[in-house]
Amino acid sequence: MIPAAFAYHRASSVEDASRLLAQGGADAKVLAGGHSLIPLMRLRLAQPSALIDINGLERDLSYVRRDNGTLRVGALTRHYQLAESDEVKRSLPLLAEIANEVGDAQVRSMGTMGGVLAHADPAGDYGTLALMLDAVVTTNRRSIPARQFFLGLFTTPLAADELVTEVAFPVAAGPHKYVKFRRRLCDWAIVGAGAQKMDDGSWRVGVTNAAPTPVRAVGVEQALAQGASPAEAARQATQGLDPASDLRGSAEYKRHLATVLTQRAVEGAR
Amino acid sequence: MAITQLVGAKIHRREDPRLITGGGRYTEDLLRPGTLSMAVVRSPHAHARITRLNATQAQALPGVVAVLTAADFKPILTGTHPVAPAFVAQKHTVPERFPVADSEVVFQGEPVAVVVAENRKLAVDGAAAVEVDYEPLPAVTDLLKALEPDSPKAHTNLLDNIGWDLAFTPEDTVKDAFAQAEIVVKERILQQRLAPTPIETRNVQADYNPFDEQLTVWMATQNPHFARIWIAGALGMPETRVRVISHDVGGGFGSKVCAYPEDYLVPAAAKLLRRPVRWTETRTESLQTTTHGRGQILDVELAAKRDGSFLALKVLQYLDVGAYIGTFGAFQTCACLLAGGAYKWPGGIAARTIGILTNRVPTDPYRGAGRPEATHLIERMVDKLAVELNMDPVEVRRKNFVQASEFPFTNTFGLTYDSGNYEGTLNKALQLVGYSELRQRQQQLRQQGRYLGIGFSTWIEICGFGPSGATAGATGGLGLTESAMVRVHPTGTVQIYVGSHAHGQGHETTFAQIASDTLGIPYESIEIRHGDTAEGPAFGFGTYGSRSLAVGGMAVHKASNRIVSKALKIAAHLLEASPDDLVFDQGRFHVKGNPGSAKTMGEIAFAAYGASLPEGEDHGLEAIAYFDPPNFVWPFGAHVCVVEVDPATGDAQIEQYVAVDDCGNVINPLIVEGQVQGGIAQGIAQALYEEVAYDDENGQLMTGSLVDYLVPTAAEIPTAVLDRTVTPSPSNPLGVKGIGEAGTIAASAAVINAIVDALQPLGITHIDMPATPDRLWKQIQQAQGGAR
Amino acid sequence: MADRVPVSVSVNGTTYARDVEPRDLLVYFLREELGLTGTHVGCDTSQCGACTVLVDGRPVKSCTMFAVQTDGKQLLTVEGLATNGALNPLQEAFWNEHGLQCGFCTPGFLMAATALLHSNPSPTEDQVRKGLEGNLCRCTGYANIARAVQSASQAIQTGAAVPVAAAAAGRA
Repeated sequence: MIPAAFAYHRASSVEDASRLLAQGGADAKVLAGGHSLIPLMRLRLAQPSALIDINGLERDLSYVRRDNGTLRVGALTRHYQLAESDEVKRSLPLLAEIANEVGDAQVRSMGTMGGVLAHADPAGDYGTLALMLDAVVTTNRRSIPARQFFLGLFTTPLAADELVTEVAFPVAAGPHKYVKFRRRLCDWAIVGAGAQKMDDGSWRVGVTNAAPTPVRAVGVEQALAQGASPAEAARQATQGLDPASDLRGSAEYKRHLATVLTQRAVEGAR
Repeated sequence: MAITQLVGAKIHRREDPRLITGGGRYTEDLLRPGTLSMAVVRSPHAHARITRLNATQAQALPGVVAVLTAADFKPILTGTHPVAPAFVAQKHTVPERFPVADSEVVFQGEPVAVVVAENRKLAVDGAAAVEVDYEPLPAVTDLLKALEPDSPKAHTNLLDNIGWDLAFTPEDTVKDAFAQAEIVVKERILQQRLAPTPIETRNVQADYNPFDEQLTVWMATQNPHFARIWIAGALGMPETRVRVISHDVGGGFGSKVCAYPEDYLVPAAAKLLRRPVRWTETRTESLQTTTHGRGQILDVELAAKRDGSFLALKVLQYLDVGAYIGTFGAFQTCACLLAGGAYKWPGGIAARTIGILTNRVPTDPYRGAGRPEATHLIERMVDKLAVELNMDPVEVRRKNFVQASEFPFTNTFGLTYDSGNYEGTLNKALQLVGYSELRQRQQQLRQQGRYLGIGFSTWIEICGFGPSGATAGATGGLGLTESAMVRVHPTGTVQIYVGSHAHGQGHETTFAQIASDTLGIPYESIEIRHGDTAEGPAFGFGTYGSRSLAVGGMAVHKASNRIVSKALKIAAHLLEASPDDLVFDQGRFHVKGNPGSAKTMGEIAFAAYGASLPEGEDHGLEAIAYFDPPNFVWPFGAHVCVVEVDPATGDAQIEQYVAVDDCGNVINPLIVEGQVQGGIAQGIAQALYEEVAYDDENGQLMTGSLVDYLVPTAAEIPTAVLDRTVTPSPSNPLGVKGIGEAGTIAASAAVINAIVDALQPLGITHIDMPATPDRLWKQIQQAQGGAR
Repeated sequence: MADRVPVSVSVNGTTYARDVEPRDLLVYFLREELGLTGTHVGCDTSQCGACTVLVDGRPVKSCTMFAVQTDGKQLLTVEGLATNGALNPLQEAFWNEHGLQCGFCTPGFLMAATALLHSNPSPTEDQVRKGLEGNLCRCTGYANIARAVQSASQAIQTGAAVPVAAAAAGRA
């Protein structure tokens, strides 16, 4: 199908992008990887009046930098770059593994870290990672801790003229695993669970796509901290979940999956 | 006679060079300047009355040439949407269908108007600007509730939702056998609706030339000559003034056989507007409005003795017709006629089919068309019986097979299986899969709390449609023979026009193999042409139902033999010998015992246009033949699927898949194996992944894109291990059968049987398709009494 | 809204300067503006991969990219794989292994496989299958596609090319 017509601007800088977004009003949208936006536009479920193309800002926004105990990821960094980056594999291998499982090779050529977070699809794996690791999302205006970033279904605090510029994760190279349950390898997670053991021995655990936002499984983390086995701790995984019943499964099934996958993520963490 | 050289050889396809270099000629690739684009405005409701349609805004948009509705098309289109008898000659109701709705829409996606504009973008903009108001009506969404007297009606002017109700054999037929039965197993088996999903969607381009009064239609179709008749008839034009051209077609699987609204609307628009018009279906439109396959509920009862021998079978088929009866919508009722499978039924089979109207797009043939449903039901019941009797499912099958010595074998419906050796393929499959070791492994794994399952599908099927006597009644008068015209030119190059129409099956290669061997003319000098109704014989019948080799290839063979017969006479004349004294070998005619003095086919071709012909022979060297097969053909095989199910998630993974199939003599092994792998993939897809799903309340399509309609990828589908036996068919001179649908016919039963076998210790006795993880998990919970 | 934007893009080694509408998807630009109809449209939601091309060496679904985004970039489509009519090893392998039936998905697979072999010259069968998860085929069941890609990778590694003429003539 063919998208409705729109005005097109190529941003020359982040400030320029912000200004163009402000001018465009509520109907102006950022074009980065485009793999969430363009399919919606083709179905005319989204009809932005203007697209602000920021793909030319790779020099400023595409990078992976280790900064002591922090891994800084530029918003325009593509999935394939995260999957292949030696720095990511060294500093936060869980991110490299997750990136390598996003969509398919073609999607990974284009999709970006910033785009996934800004779109706030509850099936977005990076959101879970950001939340469970207490990442910090930086925009052209401010820095927002992950726990304040996912407000609801496709809802973030980003203002109309605000762009994600960077996401900062804590470095964590210890045992980790992300279990992404789906029908086809290239699909979104029906439910996903991630587990990361931090340097201080504590666990971070998160659940994908079992609520309108990613969920940090604090109950599981606490149980593990108190010495529970993965199976026992995983029983806490249903806390805070509110899965939707849909073609992929009932809410009951998804809650069950969350416990199974959480257990497997913790047990399988290497 | 020519000695076989190319028949049986693994020739690489001559279709491929253009397809691997971006030189394919799919209808959408035809870019003719000045062609307008059409977009279709469609009902968003499953059932509704159109209360208002306002095209003013749309018509005012730049580049919009016209917005056309039923009122515009009714004067020039009549008698659209043929409905063939297929296997149900007497229908209860055949709802009237016009390509564009005018007052009532009866399925989501039904056209209500078309917008024609200078280009595709503007046409889509125009379609979005057409304002239509609807008054939603209750939608018929539940197949069984549709039969209740107080059910909403799919069409408000109809008294019920019954398209047909036919007992092929009365229930009485099996009364005695069921009375004497020592055991009866019953099951209700669901066949979900499937979307054939060829990667190329439908498309139509039409150009009406008023100077010649000639309409040319380019389209993706499996049967150009049928399309021509339907379009010509609807427009009131002579058949010969309509030309349908279909070059490369990107897959069909049965969904590009029937007549669609757009097939009429595009040519009609071209005629009305006096400008060429094109339309390409979006994938969304395809999932919504291209005919679906399957869509049935089958209630089955199997009566047997405790020693495992079958007595009788009862089948009741509820078939989801859709809002209109598909052109070949009743074809899938043949599931009843094949329900007995590879087995003997001394007590008979009682079968009844009820076609039920619903507010959905029509169902029509989809790869296998009735035979996958038959195989699935009987192979499930065989396994079910085996479990009840605590017998090895392999032994139950052996016990009841039609034996190799019993062919030709006539089943309880009067259909004669031409040849078979069911134990032969089963034995090979068991060996390949390592059956006894597998059972041991299954036991070991069970002790470790792991669930491995082994599923069988010993399938047979009827294909190669078909003998004119049997098929003319089914189509409404045209017997499904096949045509071929062989033209040998003076320089010895050959063009062969065939009435079948490959869309991936490799006929340009395989038919040339047959022709080359028969004619004794080099393969490189022979071109196979198809898909253009202006070329070749007056009629062709198309490619579907695994018929092209058994019927079309035989037409090529028959016409080629006519050429050889004439060439023989010319050769005799040139060699001054009697035709009876000549031998034809490797493309050369010579007197027996004197190979040194010969005439080649090339020399004869030239001579055929010269000055020295035998008395009474016409010039030229061409022949037309229609091949009317004496019988259908009956391929068969044995598939084995090994799965492991993870009860914690309900996920089933195929560990191994073995298929041993018999399609008679093989022309090209590459083609045969390719068809089997592809067919198996679609059967696995039905068993585990795909389902057209509708909202129960409002009938809205929920699987409207490939995000939700789960066509599996290379990461999900394993490579099957293939082998074959060869049991030639007596139904044609080359002993060939069809194989295009076989994989799909067999596979779903093998997969589901494997899953049920895996989960037997957990109390599962049946699972419906698709066996998704959430469904499997839920069923396991229920079987375990929620203990988990 | 329909203001045109100038784009200069190299496709298969030739640079094209065109004015496009912002909403012109790359796949339609290639097909209808440049006449390169080898790249196909098979779906609306970026699932099927029939539209796959290489953009600066990366596999991309051209239905999910606007032509304006390709300004200054180098594209490779299926029409650019053969050199002076000589098929490349991947094309030959698809031909030899019967890796296509209707051919509609084939250009997308060829491009995705080209990218795959570039990033992983010796993939296992499993890696091939996973690497091609973004492309749908309805005809082949993928078996011969996987074989073709592995066969091509071996041919490329060893420098051996299967002589096409011999394969066509005959008994393989």
